Amino acid sequence: MVALSVNGKSYNVDVESDTPLLWVLRDTIGLTGTKYGCGIAQCGACTVHIDGVATRSCQVPVGTVGAKNITTIEALAQDGKLHAVQKAWLDLDVPQCGYCQSGMIMAAVSLLKQNPKPTDADIDAAMTNICRCGTYQRIRAAIHTAANA
Amino acid sequence: MTHMPKINRRSFIINVAAAGAGLTLGIKLPFATDGARAADVIRAADGSPEIDAWVVIRPDDTVVIRVARSEMGQGTMTGLAQLVAEELGCDWSKVTTEFPTPGQNVARKRVWGDFSTGGSHGIRDSHEYVRKGGAAARIMLIQAAAAAWNVPAAECTAANSVITHKASNRTVTFGKVAEAAAKLDPPKDIPLKDPKDWTIAGKPLKRLDTPDKIVGKTVFGIDTRMPGMLYAAISACPVFGGKLQSYDEASIQDMKGVKKVVKVGNNAVAVVADSWWRAKKALEAMTIAWDNGENAKVSSATIANFLKDGLEAEQAFVGNKAGDAKGALAGAAKVIEATYSYPYQNHAPLEPMNATALYKPDRCEVWCSTQNGEAALAATSEASGLPVAQCDVHKTFLGGGFGRRGQTDFVRQAVAIAKELPGTPVKLLWSREEDMTHCFYHPITQCKMTAGFDANKNLIALHMRVSGQSILATVFPGRMDKDGRDPVVFQGLNPGGPEGAFGYDIPNLLIDHAMRNPSVPAGFWRGVNTNHNAIYVETFMDQLAHEIGEDPLAFRLKYLKPKHAAVLKAVADKAGYGTPAPQGVYRGLAQIMGFGSYVAACAEVSVKDGQVKIHRIVGGTNSGHAANPELIARQVEGSFVYGLSAMMYGACTVRGGHIEQRNFDTYQVMRIDEMPKVEAIVMPDGEFWGGVGEPTIAVAAPAVLNAIAAATGKRIRNFPLKDNDLSAA
Repeated sequence: MVALSVNGKSYNVDVESDTPLLWVLRDTIGLTGTKYGCGIAQCGACTVHIDGVATRSCQVPVGTVGAKNITTIEALAQDGKLHAVQKAWLDLDVPQCGYCQSGMIMAAVSLLKQNPKPTDADIDAAMTNICRCGTYQRIRAAIHTAANA
Repeated sequence: MTHMPKINRRSFIINVAAAGAGLTLGIKLPFATDGARAADVIRAADGSPEIDAWVVIRPDDTVVIRVARSEMGQGTMTGLAQLVAEELGCDWSKVTTEFPTPGQNVARKRVWGDFSTGGSHGIRDSHEYVRKGGAAARIMLIQAAAAAWNVPAAECTAANSVITHKASNRTVTFGKVAEAAAKLDPPKDIPLKDPKDWTIAGKPLKRLDTPDKIVGKTVFGIDTRMPGMLYAAISACPVFGGKLQSYDEASIQDMKGVKKVVKVGNNAVAVVADSWWRAKKALEAMTIAWDNGENAKVSSATIANFLKDGLEAEQAFVGNKAGDAKGALAGAAKVIEATYSYPYQNHAPLEPMNATALYKPDRCEVWCSTQNGEAALAATSEASGLPVAQCDVHKTFLGGGFGRRGQTDFVRQAVAIAKELPGTPVKLLWSREEDMTHCFYHPITQCKMTAGFDANKNLIALHMRVSGQSILATVFPGRMDKDGRDPVVFQGLNPGGPEGAFGYDIPNLLIDHAMRNPSVPAGFWRGVNTNHNAIYVETFMDQLAHEIGEDPLAFRLKYLKPKHAAVLKAVADKAGYGTPAPQGVYRGLAQIMGFGSYVAACAEVSVKDGQVKIHRIVGGTNSGHAANPELIARQVEGSFVYGLSAMMYGACTVRGGHIEQRNFDTYQVMRIDEMPKVEAIVMPDGEFWGGVGEPTIAVAAPAVLNAIAAATGKRIRNFPLKDNDLSAA
C-alpha cells in the first residue's frame, strides 16, 4: 500500500511502488483529467502539480511522492471558481480536441506562479508540451491574458 | 443517453438525407415510413420528447441537439449545432448536444444519415438535412402553440426559444409546447433561411465543448471507466504482414494482477490485468516470437527504389490531360525538371488508440474514440460474431483523429479480447510505441515534374508524374475503379469538379500516377494526397517563376483560374507581398483547391546558420459558406501546425520491415517555440459548401519551402526538412 495526498484528500492505494503516478491517478483513483500521451515525459499530457510544481506524472514512481501534495486539473478550480488560467482558456476558446489541455493548463499555472509576467521567450522555454491540433497561438495568448488578469 | 425502441415515424428526414450526403456517397437510404402512428412520441432517456430526430426539448427549455458526426477538435459539433439552432430559432444559451449511437441510427433506418467524419465532410455534406431538422422542429413547435391559442400558425413567429403571436400579444416558450409538438406530423415542405439572415449560424460563437475541456471533465475513449473493468495491453507483430509465432504465457501467469493472455487474430497477443500498468509490465516481460515473413527484407531504401522505378514507367494512370504534353516538351525552347520524395508519416493523435468492449453472449457494446461510428459498429459485429442489431458503439470525444480513427483495427482487437472474458468490460489501450509502429501511414510518394516554355517564356507544357502508394488499395480496395486504379491520388490535380480542381490552365498538361504499393499500410492522413501534391506543384511553380525571372505571384496569376487566384491574391495582399519584408525575412506563396475549398498561404521566413525560423503565415480559405468563421480560423492555425510538423520533422522510416520511430523522442513534432504568428482570412463567397478541417494544411509547407528558397536559393525536394542541410546556403 502506498499513501498519497491528491487534491487535498488522502488515499491508500494498492499498487507497486514503481507504478507511475499517472496510472495511479487515472486508473486507481479515477481522476482521468490527467492524460497519457507518450509515457516518456515528451508530451506533457500527464502534467500535474507536485507541491505546486508542474511535473510529468508518467515519470514519477508513486513510491517517491511521499507526503507531497498532488494537484490535478480536477482541483484547479476552487469553490466552483475557475483558476485565472482556466478563465483565460475559456475566454479565448483555446482547446480543439482538448486532450493535451489539462497538461497545458497545469504547465501554464506553474509557469505563472514562478514568473507572473512571462515574455514570449519565457513561454517558449517553459511550455514544452505537445498539442497535435496546433492550439499554440491561442495558448500563448491565453497565458498573456491570465498574466494580465 | 437516449432510448429509441420504435422505428421513427418521422423518416421524412431520410428523404432529406438522401438528397444530401447519402446519395453522393452511394449510401442506400430507406424512404418509406413504417406507418407508425403519430402519437408514438419518441423520448430521450430523461423522458423529454423528441420533436424530430435532431431536436429534443426539455420542460425547462433546454434544447438537446443531436450531432451525428464525431468531435475530434475540428469544432463540427458546435458548427452543426449552430445550423440546427439557427433554423429552430432557439436560445443558443440553452443548447446542449449529444451523440446518438450508430446502433440507434441503424435501428431508425439511418435517420441521422452518415456518421463518418473525415475528408472534411462533417458540415459540407450534412448542412442541408440538419438545417431541415431544425426547421421542421420549429414549424411543429409553432403549430402546437398556434393550435393551443386557436390562431393560424402563419401569424406566429419563433425566436430565442419563444413563440410569439403578436396580434394577441401572447408568448410561450418551446419547453411548454414540446409535448404537443412532438405528437404532430412533420411538415412536408421545409423552407430554409437565406444565409444572409442567419443570426446563430455563420457567427463566431464560442465552442460548446470548451467548458468541460478546461476542467478535465471531457470523456475521451481512454477515460472510459466501468465497474469491474479490466485493462489490456497489446503487442502486434512489428513487421507488417508478419504473424504471431509463439508466446510464453506461463512466464507471466504469477505476475500480480494478470488475469488472462489472449491471442488476438493471427498477429497479436494481449495481456489482460486489473490495471493497465500491470498489463503492460507483464506484456513486456513475456517472451514473444514473431514470424516476420517476407516483409522483413523491406527497408526505406528498397521502398525508394521501388518508387523510383515508377517515375519513368510506361504504365501510368492519367488523372488530368490537356493537349499533348510530351510532344510540347519535346519541342520546348526551355525544359525544367525536378524530382521529389515524400515519406511515411504517423498521425500521432495525442490519445493513443484504444477501445473498451463489453461482450455478452447476446450483446456486445464498445466505447471508443472513432471517426466512423458505423464502421466501428460493423467491426464490433464482425469481431463478436453477433448481428448488428445486438451490438452498439458509444462514441466519446476524440483526443485527435486526423484520419487515423476512421480505421477500426483497435475496435476489432478490443472485441476479440473481451470475447474471451464474457460479462467483463475490458479496456484495450495501445502504448505510444504500439501506436507509432502500427498505423495506417501517410502514403509515400515520389514525383517528377517537367515543364516546358516557349521562346517567349510562356509555360506551354507540364508533366507531373507521381509514383507511389494508393490509400484506397490499403483501406478501401472496393472503392478502386474498375481497372484497379485509385482516383483519390489526384486530389487537387483534377481537371475540374467540386472537390479539388487543378488551378492552372496550361495548354499541354499531363498528370499521371504510377501506383507502387509497399508493405507498409497507407491511410487517410489529414490533408491526404493534397499534402504532397501541393508541395510538388507549388514549389515547382515557384522554381519555374524564378528560373524565367518572373515574380512568383505574377507568374502564377497568368495561369490560375479565378477562384484559385482570388484567395492567393488575398493572402498576398494581407501579407504585404510586393512590399519590403523585415530585414532578413523572405516570403513564399502557395495555393491549392482541396476538399471543396480554395486555400492559399503566404509565409515569412528567415534562415540563419542553417536554422529556419517561420515568423508569420497568412492563410486564406474560401469554403463557400462558414458555419462559424472562428472555428475555421482555428482550423487554419491548427492545420498549419500539423502540416509544418510534417514538413519539418515527419518521417517514419522502415528497417527490417518495421517502422523505426517509436515515440515522440524520435518522431518529433512542432512545439510552441516554433509556432509562427498565423493570420487567417476566412472569405466564403456564398456559392458552394467546402470543407475546412483539412484544405489549408496543404499550403503551409510549400509556402514555407518557397520562402526558404527565396532566402537561401536552395530548393528542398526530399522530406522532412530536418534531413536537409541549409547551413551552407
